[in-house]
Amino acid sequence: MTTHPHAAAISVPSPARSATPLSTRPEIRTHTEVPDVPDPVIECEDLSVYYGDFKAVTDVSLAFGHNEITALIGPSGCGKSTLLRCLNRMNDLVDSARVEGSVRYWGQDMYAPDADAIEVRRRIGMVYQKPNPFPKSIYDNIAYGPRVTGMKVDSMDDHVEQALRDAALWDEVKDKLKQNAYGLSGGQQQRLCIARTIAVSPDVILMDEPCSALDPVATLRIEELMLQLRADYTIVIVTHNMQQAARVADRTAFFTAGVNEITGDRTGVLVEYDKTSRIFGNPANSRTEDYISGRFG
Amino acid sequence: MTSTVAAARKGASRTLTSTGGVRSMWGKLRSLGFLVFLWISLLVALITLVVLILDTIRTGATRLDTRLFTEYPSSRPAEAGARPAIIGSAWVIGATAALAIPLGVAAAVHLEEFANRHSKVNRYVEVLVQNLAAIPSIIYGMLALSTLALMGVSNKNIVIGGALALALLILPVIIISTREALRAVPREMRQGSLALGATDVQTVWRTTLPAAIPGIATGTILALSRALGEAAPLLLLGGLVFISFDPNGLLSGFTTMPIQIFGWTGNPQAEFHELAAAASIVLLVILLAMNGLAIAIRNRYQRRW
Repeated sequence: MTTHPHAAAISVPSPARSATPLSTRPEIRTHTEVPDVPDPVIECEDLSVYYGDFKAVTDVSLAFGHNEITALIGPSGCGKSTLLRCLNRMNDLVDSARVEGSVRYWGQDMYAPDADAIEVRRRIGMVYQKPNPFPKSIYDNIAYGPRVTGMKVDSMDDHVEQALRDAALWDEVKDKLKQNAYGLSGGQQQRLCIARTIAVSPDVILMDEPCSALDPVATLRIEELMLQLRADYTIVIVTHNMQQAARVADRTAFFTAGVNEITGDRTGVLVEYDKTSRIFGNPANSRTEDYISGRFG
Repeated sequence: MTSTVAAARKGASRTLTSTGGVRSMWGKLRSLGFLVFLWISLLVALITLVVLILDTIRTGATRLDTRLFTEYPSSRPAEAGARPAIIGSAWVIGATAALAIPLGVAAAVHLEEFANRHSKVNRYVEVLVQNLAAIPSIIYGMLALSTLALMGVSNKNIVIGGALALALLILPVIIISTREALRAVPREMRQGSLALGATDVQTVWRTTLPAAIPGIATGTILALSRALGEAAPLLLLGGLVFISFDPNGLLSGFTTMPIQIFGWTGNPQAEFHELAAAASIVLLVILLAMNGLAIAIRNRYQRRW
């Protein structure tokens, strides 16, 4: 497997620290080249998401920078995953879901009446919490996206190989491309899902807690991979793991849940969005400070 | 500070062995009685089945020869065979499968993947399908009969007529089992496909349906084996006829194995009863093979998503 210059900078959480993960401030891995203001690929403005009458997320304004990794962190039920699913219109699949405000992709409103959700998803891919390969061969898993989207590729074999190389999986699977993807380990399956997403050449990759079902070694490999992919893709990752956000993200958005005193509904709000080094080093909001230092959450 | 719940534990005994006494004696007797009742129920069912099969084999074994498969029915039992009935069964079941599988699978895909679950109409359709599965088979025979009559078909004992009745009969079963198979495909798999930019239809064709095929196959084979053993709706179409030729098309006259068995059983001569038993064995073997295939498919493709 090829290692990226960034990879060496990743710190492995020591057992002592992972035993009490919330008591210590996560170590920050700084990307020196992060600009002060993100060059936005996706921009949310006053975005609110409803499920029926229930407001899951309220008034989020956020810009996701080009070729940056943005982490969404916060306690359970703060609407991070809901927000993520709005970014490629996967929330459309939930019958009662409704979006207010705007989400723009390179300036175009992706919820405009003439915007096609299928086109949105071809440009903005998604990797899920639990690896979800198709019950097909490794090869067919990768070729699936190019086939359904009618992508013109000179040679599907080369295309599959390139996607697997980009996802740092090629060396492990090159001799068993015809075997069922279910035979792979969890970490390999997750990298296969990333390769599958890359194969349709998206612009943005959304990741919904991509490592929460994986062991620490597999997690580390996914993180290395994310840092490599950062050169070509814009990545948004939802994570429960603050160390992970600190290790991989250029910018971090901290969400929390505001409780409606009358109905008791928990609605997600964006508390603070800044460079990862600021969020974990010197947050402006005391709630962020409490969360990252483990006093709340 | 000890909570009241924890305090309550203090008085409780920590012995795990039975403390004896009248109450526990009664309890043991009752559970023993229940167990004996279950055993007897099982035994009654099992003994009935075994006696039935053994008796059929004993009666039919002498006539279970090649003539059964090669000869046409005859008034002389020694020369009679079930050749047209076996070929007729194959034709009718084949046509039934061709009618019922595409329709049933398509209906199930619509209900499970595309229909709006909250719409009233769809909920009525759902209840209706459930109820259709419980309707006596002869009703479907009547339905097919009147449909053919409305279409002006005078000779109703034709392969396509029988297939129509049997297809209607097993359609609800196929719909229900296909829906279950589709429902067992995890949502994440559909999402994975949609997130790659596939359309709903592509997702159904390329991901959901292929993943559900083992379940669909199992349900369909069981439904077809039910249709194979069915006689009532076909009798209504006039299936109890003397056929001395090989059924050779959808409009050909036919008889099927259950009807042939029924016909032979009605004859007074004991030799015909032997023939009926021999044909029953053949039918039984085919049905067992089909059910075995269904079980094999289920075990082979049982997925741990």
